[in-house]
Amino acid sequence: MAVQSVEPSTTSVDLGPAAALSCRECGERFDLGPIFACALCFGPLEVAYELPADGSEALRKRIEDGPANIWRYAPLLPVPADVADKPSLNPGLTKLVKADNLARELGVTGGLYVKDDSGNPTHSFKDRVVAIAVEAARAFGFTTLSCSSTGNLAGAVGAAAARAGFKSCVFIPHDLEAGKVVMAAVYGGDLVGIEGTYDDVNRFCSELIGDPLGEGWGFVNVNLRPYYGEGSKTLAYEICEQLGWRLPDQIVVPIASGSQLTKIDKGLKELVALGLVEDRPYKIFGAQAEGCSPVARAFKDGHDVVRPVKPDTIAKSLAIGNPADGPYVLDIARRTGGAVEDVSDPEIVDAIRLLARTEGIFAETAGGVTVGVTRKLIESGLLDPSLTTVVLNTGDGLKTLDAVAAGPTVTIRPSLAAFRDAGLAAV
Amino acid sequence: MSVTVRIPTILRTYTGGKAEVSAEGATLADVLRSLEENHAGIAARVLDDAGKLRRFVNVYVNDDDVRFEQGLQTPTPDGSAVSVIPAVAGG
Repeated sequence: MAVQSVEPSTTSVDLGPAAALSCRECGERFDLGPIFACALCFGPLEVAYELPADGSEALRKRIEDGPANIWRYAPLLPVPADVADKPSLNPGLTKLVKADNLARELGVTGGLYVKDDSGNPTHSFKDRVVAIAVEAARAFGFTTLSCSSTGNLAGAVGAAAARAGFKSCVFIPHDLEAGKVVMAAVYGGDLVGIEGTYDDVNRFCSELIGDPLGEGWGFVNVNLRPYYGEGSKTLAYEICEQLGWRLPDQIVVPIASGSQLTKIDKGLKELVALGLVEDRPYKIFGAQAEGCSPVARAFKDGHDVVRPVKPDTIAKSLAIGNPADGPYVLDIARRTGGAVEDVSDPEIVDAIRLLARTEGIFAETAGGVTVGVTRKLIESGLLDPSLTTVVLNTGDGLKTLDAVAAGPTVTIRPSLAAFRDAGLAAV
Repeated sequence: MSVTVRIPTILRTYTGGKAEVSAEGATLADVLRSLEENHAGIAARVLDDAGKLRRFVNVYVNDDDVRFEQGLQTPTPDGSAVSVIPAVAGG
């Protein structure tokens, strides 16, 4: 694969190696700016780079000598060279947990890893994408950060804005999980609940951007989306670096809009193109909840078009009924020999409990979706248990406590006799 | 039937910078033809070569995504508000 490389933009915007925006559909190029859709075909715009000319050994050393967060990959991201010196939550370099207990439970023999992004500053992978969007917002002179969100992003934007000195105003469906609402509100920005689904919120924000009411606002996942999306590449970079600069054989990624999965694929391909990892086949699997599984449906039906649905699932962070990157997810799953699968709400809860009791990782519902789908893919023979497999947990279970309502095993009086009578004693 | 059409920023070069314009038509297809008559070039941005809605454009008639309705044949009653919006990814 050839990494996109173009002449530097004529603009004075300093976003490091980012040189231009390129339409993923038709290839049309645009100067760097707060734009997200192609003026010719509405296709999504992506960052095109002038990537480092270092040899692979020098680049690998430069990365390994960098800070212990996503900024170690600054030479591959749309951020200025001095990004690590700016106020940021410095997300990334989260744990890649070798999940031997879960592997035994699922019958995986080739090595099973959980990339646990609940360890980020606001406990989800969204801190990665927002950190990149903040740099774009700085470059374009925005003073207010905003987003449409299913919860995790709202918290990440609120926190990053507070740290970086931006105002913030974020928009969420009014009926999100309490934990996510509290996290979105605590950082001091404005939080607006919208009566509707995430897709309604997204539509509203898209209209706000074209209106004077939203002028000067940087919506991290709308008008800053091309930059924001690049943050997900750091998941791919970290997984490979943590595996000893090696591609995983298989990776299971949750699907909301599908952006994360497409950017992980982009990141893996860049590492190959730069000579940082050996080129070898890898499979990418997508994971959805049955109550919002338009991409899984299209995959199973052999369609290239994703028909939108009205979401109804406990996995609210994945409840995007109209996933804009869905067609690309289908392409990637098919190209790499992966698949897209879905699991029911009870299966999600079972999987959350499975991950917690085997590895001590408490995942939010999206993590339950990826673990549940992994189990299902193994059972159906689509995922090979003899290969190295990485499963993503993108957020913290503390944000979705209601999904796994649980209490004490038993409640007793504070006496040894009562403990003995409860039947839990060793003898 | 007279409707209002909300125009996204990237199409406003065809409407002289206007964010909202009027159009006529009983269905979305008719409305797009009416738009094209008054703002030449706009239809080719919204529709692909086969005359279908491009896959990265969302169109709403009032609050309903036309893909949940009848696509280009979705009725546009008098006074409807039609919104054309680029699809948003990134969650």
